Amino acid sequence: MTEVHPVAGFASPFDVPTPAGAEGWEEMYPYYLLFDPERREQEDKRFWFYNGMHFPEPMPAFDMITAESCYLSIGRYQGRVFAIPTVLGIEHRVVNGYVYITSNEVTDPAQIEKRLETFLPRIGFYYENWDTLVDRWQSEVDQRIDELGALEIPRLPEIEDEDEAIHDHKLGPNYRLMAAYDRTLQLYNELNQLHFELLLLAYGAYLTFFEFCGKAFPDMGMQTMTQMIGGDDTTMFRPDDELKELARAAIDKGVDSAFVDGRNHEEIVSALKQTDGGRAWLEDLESRKHPWFFMSTGDGFYHHHRAWVDDLRLPFAAITGYIGQLYEGGTLARPQEQIVAERNRISSEYAELLPSDEERTQFEQMVGLCRHVFPHAEGHKFFIEHWGTALFFNKMREIGGVFAEQGFFGSADDVFYLNIHEVHEALSDVGLAWSGGAPGRGTVYWPPRIAKRKKILAKLGEWTPPAALGSVPDVINDPTVQLLWGVTAERLRAWAGGGDGTVSGYAASPGVAEGNARVVRTIDEIGDVKAGEVLVCSVTAPSWGPVFPKIAAAVSDIGGMMSHAAIVAREYGLPAVVGTGNATSAIKTGDRVRVDGNTGAVTIL
Amino acid sequence: MDAPFTIPFDEIGLDQVGIVGGKSAHLGDLRGAGFPVPQGFAVTTHAFDLLDLPAAADAAEAQRLVRGQEAPAEVRESIVAAYALLGEDVPVAVRSSAVAEDGADASFAGVQDTYLWVRGAAAVLESVGRCWASYFNDEAVAYRANHAGLAPGMSVAVQQMVDARVAGVMFTLNPVSGDPSCIAIDASYGLGITVVSGDVTPDSFLVSKVTREIQRSTIGAKAVECVADAERGETVIRDVEPKRRERLSLEVDEIRALAELARRVERHYGRAQDLEWAIGRDDAVYLLQSRAETVWSQKRKESSTVAASPLDAIAATFLGNARNR
Repeated sequence: MTEVHPVAGFASPFDVPTPAGAEGWEEMYPYYLLFDPERREQEDKRFWFYNGMHFPEPMPAFDMITAESCYLSIGRYQGRVFAIPTVLGIEHRVVNGYVYITSNEVTDPAQIEKRLETFLPRIGFYYENWDTLVDRWQSEVDQRIDELGALEIPRLPEIEDEDEAIHDHKLGPNYRLMAAYDRTLQLYNELNQLHFELLLLAYGAYLTFFEFCGKAFPDMGMQTMTQMIGGDDTTMFRPDDELKELARAAIDKGVDSAFVDGRNHEEIVSALKQTDGGRAWLEDLESRKHPWFFMSTGDGFYHHHRAWVDDLRLPFAAITGYIGQLYEGGTLARPQEQIVAERNRISSEYAELLPSDEERTQFEQMVGLCRHVFPHAEGHKFFIEHWGTALFFNKMREIGGVFAEQGFFGSADDVFYLNIHEVHEALSDVGLAWSGGAPGRGTVYWPPRIAKRKKILAKLGEWTPPAALGSVPDVINDPTVQLLWGVTAERLRAWAGGGDGTVSGYAASPGVAEGNARVVRTIDEIGDVKAGEVLVCSVTAPSWGPVFPKIAAAVSDIGGMMSHAAIVAREYGLPAVVGTGNATSAIKTGDRVRVDGNTGAVTIL
Repeated sequence: MDAPFTIPFDEIGLDQVGIVGGKSAHLGDLRGAGFPVPQGFAVTTHAFDLLDLPAAADAAEAQRLVRGQEAPAEVRESIVAAYALLGEDVPVAVRSSAVAEDGADASFAGVQDTYLWVRGAAAVLESVGRCWASYFNDEAVAYRANHAGLAPGMSVAVQQMVDARVAGVMFTLNPVSGDPSCIAIDASYGLGITVVSGDVTPDSFLVSKVTREIQRSTIGAKAVECVADAERGETVIRDVEPKRRERLSLEVDEIRALAELARRVERHYGRAQDLEWAIGRDDAVYLLQSRAETVWSQKRKESSTVAASPLDAIAATFLGNARNR
């Protein structure tokens, strides 16, 4: 990467105005996540970028744990376990409800050399024992998912059960409730520890391969590089495959007429219940739900991105679409053999173009390693972000249900408007109130605060966060930052110099397409997307898959070489431009746009 | 004949480079391999050798002496006969094909003369004479002085002209970045001379050899074009009207056909090539010249970086920027 010097800065994080009606947003979050005026001088000198890729919406108070848990894990593995010589961890802050991050780099050459001594043998061990470690990883993840799913959430009964209290001699259900909450958090945090154990090394392999390609073939597009790595089956395809099977089953059982475009899933289910075939199909559905419907409708970082198992709208809409495709003669088959054959052809032709046998060998080893780590790098998402996270939020809903029973909340989901520390306090309150025999203060303390926070979040949702804050750095070393978010110093300079309405980013998936723009800020708006439109979003998630067959092209604000948007778009053969920094603010729904997935240009016509 | 004065391209192979020069040797070789090279012939070094070559004269005087003499009758007859075989008064390009030229490691391109749209036996003889004289021009003399050990001698290539609608050059790598997976094409209206001489900003295209995608298309200004003036029997430079300037001079199919042609020539020689091409008013694609690319081929040999193992490569990635500081 070329070194560049700071030419421009972004707004200070302290000068970002609070949108009208969102005053007091800071109260939702722990003190340690807020910009601190006492350290303003240092904070202004740092570079903060909006992580709209993972956190495209303002964070409900409780949901901040998803960021906290992930950044703790990334920092621990990068900085303290693998001792990556040039980076420590990633810090995060919240501004108007949105997550901004910065990475801490090691610049002292002596320290870098010292860290190298730890780093090399440790990553060597991981790459050499990759398969064994993937197995260990899977079994540890499975254990935690099993425990989380089975975890009992005690209620606070009017009169305690005789066996429990006297014969089994279990002590205070309020304390067992606290312990269950702690265990829920602990299991989620442990899943996120596992989240980054292997992933960072997989990304390290990708990045090395990309840098090699960049040197040997300076004009090779990013889509070609990633095309050479991808193609193998991953767990992430499985949920979608189940939907395709269900579409075929509906036709086989002669019940496909129940799936009428425009009918919601409840109407479809009640139609299916009328017939034997329909009931058999519903049984088939139940058998496939576990675990494949633990697929979040988002990316698994928000409580309201319900998994399919809890929100059948998306899978039913997709099944309806697939039935239509089958009738039009489609096979629904992912042309995997072709994808793999083409990928192999491309990589062997590039290998032939290398000038020496040594370079060819290295290229082939790197491609091989990247392909080897690819199934884990993609497949982990199902277990962590989708299945594990869905169970975590559902467990929290059960805890919220206890609060609701005790008159603290209007509904179980209100628990997500308290941050993780406030939940602790409220648990003390609810326990004392239960044992004391009179309503706790929480019954009057929380409802108005929760109502206010909901209003604040709605206001913040209408606000567009700037792509970055603070000062532009000379260089960005952090491989995670480069690869996942596509943030390089060059890209930042382009962002900082933007604002003239032009939109450009990484050419992520080849082809050129024109269409009317549909700006989508949250998953709830995904239903508005019409066939032939150009999806313009902060970020796309793989579970948005079913919308991809409809659209002409995709454009995102944030996203790097291996971002979900890039991978999914290539899978569907759509032009895509990612990492534009400003697409959702520069483009309005209804604008006619041309998306050039070869050059990364998005033109408003 | 043991020492022919002219040889048709169709009878030339690479092994005759010593008497026909690099340009004609390659054109003959490419025609033999089935590439769409317009026909023509080489005036060999044997013809040049029969000239009364000035011994110790300075460059200007040497040129004057060469221009002042008429070639021996048997040489003139051979050229006129070879020209007649191309057809009746067909327009030809007469270009020097020095023995030193077109070597893989020493690009001698353009140091000597080129005459376009030459018609009639008398004009061909005149142009061949000028090419011979160019052996002694300042640039050529200086070039030989700086590249000791080059074989002496001078041949001339006479090649049928293509009445080009669009023409240009192409490289089997990106000459800007050195990327060997690309075909870089420069194209402008009319004869390719405007592109070669830098008189126009051509359209430029980058095509991937592997994915076959057109990675980049850039519209150039293409202010003028060099075209044949049938009445005057010569080429003229004229302005390109704004409408044609603003659009690309090549269609997608033509870009792909040119890239495929370049790829085939590169495969034929097993190394990167620098080519001249033209598309005639009959829409046929022609290859006018091909020689080894020298700049990047040399650089790549020198800058190859290979890590000891994938692990070392990954470690280097994590350290990359820090080490550059």
